[in-house]
Amino acid sequence: MNVMIDTGNYIAAKAAVMAKPDVVAAYPITPQTTLVEGIAKYVATGEYKGEYICVESEHSAMSACIGASAAGSRTFTATSSHGLLLMHEMLHWAALARLPVIMCNINRVIGPGWNIWADQNDSISQRDTGWIQFYCSSNQEIFDTVIQSFKLGEHKKVGLPVMINYDAFILSHTSMPAYIPEQKEIDDFIPTFKPLWKLDVDNPITFGNIIGPAHYEKVRKAMQDAQENAKTLIPEIAKEWKNKFGRYHGDFVERYKCEGAEYILMAMGALGAESKAAIDNLRAEGLKIGLARVRTFRPFPKEEMIKLGKQADLIVIDRNISIGSEGALFNETKAALYNKSDAKINGFIAGLGGKDVTYQDIEKICKKVINGKAKDFEWYGFEGD
Amino acid sequence: MAIKDLPNDECVLPGSAACPGCPATLGLRMVFKALGKNTVMVVPACCTAVIESLYPNTSFDIPVMNIAFEAAAAGASGVEAALRKQGKTDTTVLAWAGDGGTYDIGIQALSGALERQTNFIYICYNNQIYSNTGIQRSGATPYAAWTTTTVDGKTEFRKEMGEIIMAHHIPYSAQACVSYPEDLYNKVKKAKSIKGPKYIEILAPCPPGWRFSMDKTVELGTLAVDTGAWALYECENDVVTFNGKSKLLLEKKIEPKPIEEWIKQQGRFRHLFKPERDEKRLKEIQEHTNQVWERYRKCYLQK
Repeated sequence: MNVMIDTGNYIAAKAAVMAKPDVVAAYPITPQTTLVEGIAKYVATGEYKGEYICVESEHSAMSACIGASAAGSRTFTATSSHGLLLMHEMLHWAALARLPVIMCNINRVIGPGWNIWADQNDSISQRDTGWIQFYCSSNQEIFDTVIQSFKLGEHKKVGLPVMINYDAFILSHTSMPAYIPEQKEIDDFIPTFKPLWKLDVDNPITFGNIIGPAHYEKVRKAMQDAQENAKTLIPEIAKEWKNKFGRYHGDFVERYKCEGAEYILMAMGALGAESKAAIDNLRAEGLKIGLARVRTFRPFPKEEMIKLGKQADLIVIDRNISIGSEGALFNETKAALYNKSDAKINGFIAGLGGKDVTYQDIEKICKKVINGKAKDFEWYGFEGD
Repeated sequence: MAIKDLPNDECVLPGSAACPGCPATLGLRMVFKALGKNTVMVVPACCTAVIESLYPNTSFDIPVMNIAFEAAAAGASGVEAALRKQGKTDTTVLAWAGDGGTYDIGIQALSGALERQTNFIYICYNNQIYSNTGIQRSGATPYAAWTTTTVDGKTEFRKEMGEIIMAHHIPYSAQACVSYPEDLYNKVKKAKSIKGPKYIEILAPCPPGWRFSMDKTVELGTLAVDTGAWALYECENDVVTFNGKSKLLLEKKIEPKPIEEWIKQQGRFRHLFKPERDEKRLKEIQEHTNQVWERYRKCYLQK
């Protein structure tokens, strides 16, 4: 096993290439660019032996991945922000077609105005597309999750595309060490891709023609079942990874100092990593608080949320907002707990537009709740008026 | 190749959901005869997505993948890359799209795939309208034609997709028409034999869209060529050759029929004749057609 000290994007590129996709189709967008450049470098060195299509848009990137996956090949792409939004139609297409395209999305603000910093509204607004969504909090987790995603998405009980999300610049452009297994170990970990269906001249089928309501409803139900199956497989795959490589980032959530906690803080992405420092300090002050960093937003780990809600009151920080409603994690956590727990849940919006959220900020949020000063839902550190 | 010598193989199965007199099925029959069963087809939103029939049935005896409206060329790029990686380089990848999916919403993905030298055949069956959605204007709709979105007749002339394609300098592109099956067959056959991106456009007179009787599809295509409303040509490595009657027209060896002979057969131009003749627009159409051919002669007549 080697240690690679590099940015989140280059480590994601390394993971993608080690998973040996047959086809990568991608289009550059800040801050994803260094990831596709990283893959181009591996093309030049011969380390990546698949096809690399430099398409003319993100819409075509996803369309080409769909075509390649439908032809029975393993596929990978990466994007961010507006690129993800341009893909939107084809995100639905890939999921409905049950094609396990694997994609990194670097969470970035949506314009106008132009802003390239971290914000999760790009991927949150894709939550209904049928894609599995992971949120990472370190470069090591990016590497491990990319590899695990191939195994998960391509599993015959899942057959769904997977989006691995991580924060613009905070992770994409920050160097950290990551342990990289040997190629043979990765090869052994990810089985050969056996598609649910494929374009085959020896067995000609017409895929995606006109479909009546009853058949269509079955397609939707099968997707929902596949997401439920992923709920079984995500912990299994994470455990297998832990046993083989010794690293574990949690399954649906990563619990940190939750033992005996009366309050549990919840967040996704790098905010979740920053929160650990806050928890350490709050615990040092004697406050009974822990962290549940949410890794999977789809499938939404409802049962995990209920367990957390039965143990403690919850404090949810969202780096996203469903305008006209609330933060997405806050909203869905409350829905999961409805009639299942009497936990009090407080929601905060923080860090939109890439605004820095430090561990001191997170401590303030937690103390405001613990001191009974917080509203049910509020914007933290808003510099308005 | 005479019609009697065409292969007997049929990949358009009996019982499709096409309208009577549909030019798309005529074209597909010929295309499949030329390409054979070792072909994968990518179809965006267009009439063919309906012609395929209702799931779980199909009208085609080759693998087909439907894809979003603007995505045919990009989807085909992915299929081609995957098959190449699998070593299946003898399989033909065909993108089959209408004029809306080609001239308008799909032009970006098409241009990108051509520029990337994707080894595939892109065929546009051009019925000069969005027919599947119920006859709306497209970039291929001719001047003065009625559609549901050009109620008094379109106010712009159509663009020349064939020449936009030529600007990509791909190894092979061609214009054909369903009324000339041997010519179409030969062009598809030639495209199959060439590596790299190939583009073929087939004029496809649409009975409900153009408002003519369903037994007149072939006749309307022939008239389009005779009047110069449509040209048969091919472009191999930047050398343009006009074919059949279009060649004779280009070389002025025959006179074109007046454009009115094509127009007056179609209900979509009825407002140019009733309640009274619209001399101004009829003249504009004839003059525009003449100008197009003068430009063709200037650009493509081999000295």
